[in-house]
Amino acid sequence: MTTPEIAQPRSSTRAVSLKGGGRNRSGQTNFELYSWLFMRLSGLALVVLVLGHLFVNLMLGGGITALDFGFVAGKWANPLWQVWDLLMLWLAMLHGTNGLRTITNDYAEKDQTRFWLKALLITASIVIVVLGTLVIFTFDPCLDPSSTLSVCSK
Amino acid sequence: MWSWVAHRITGVGIFFFLLVHVLDTALVRVSPAAYNEVIGTYKNPIIGLLEVGLVAAILFHAFNGIRLILVDFWAKGPRYQRQMMIGVGVVWVVLFVPFVIRHLSHVFGG
Repeated sequence: MTTPEIAQPRSSTRAVSLKGGGRNRSGQTNFELYSWLFMRLSGLALVVLVLGHLFVNLMLGGGITALDFGFVAGKWANPLWQVWDLLMLWLAMLHGTNGLRTITNDYAEKDQTRFWLKALLITASIVIVVLGTLVIFTFDPCLDPSSTLSVCSK
Repeated sequence: MWSWVAHRITGVGIFFFLLVHVLDTALVRVSPAAYNEVIGTYKNPIIGLLEVGLVAAILFHAFNGIRLILVDFWAKGPRYQRQMMIGVGVVWVVLFVPFVIRHLSHVFGG
């Protein structure tokens, strides 16, 4: 029988093996800690971003009846709303993806099922975040021939 | 316990709406007509009622989330978690009632 090699506490070999990779003593990263903290910080920001979004789009003016291409064009003519929507998109998608990851880890018991569900989740999330970001940055208000925005009146 | 379950259920529901909502908004890159047609379905009375459900879920998730943050980070949070649950209910009603009145009067053309 061979005795497993266990380094002395505080010996140099042990210190080296614990260093790097952001890993703690049990050989795990702090990923779950940062994810827990991110849910709380992004959640706080999202309360303001999402409730502000709902108030401006559904409560002010004509509410849902006023929503059309011109409404979006008018909003995104203002850099404040571009930044607002971009932040909301990224934070909400990361917050939601991380939440579904936690739920998948809790309820999908088979390794295979868990792996494929998370692969699907992450793929879908990347597609949506990239698409949404491109839409905000490449939006062209003058696609609408009847646009009354000053940028289109040339 | 039930608030923990409700937080998960509302969270999953909001997430799937978000996926669809980014896709429908992406139609502004296709054409004004395509966007207007699809956003028009959101003005339909049945979908209008689903939007009331969506906002109900968002308001619960938002304020229950703030309660969770206070339980985790505020020293007295765990002691007052029950009172804070009542607070979540009060804030929920105060914001939800005006929303329902205004939104349904838009949807049903009041």
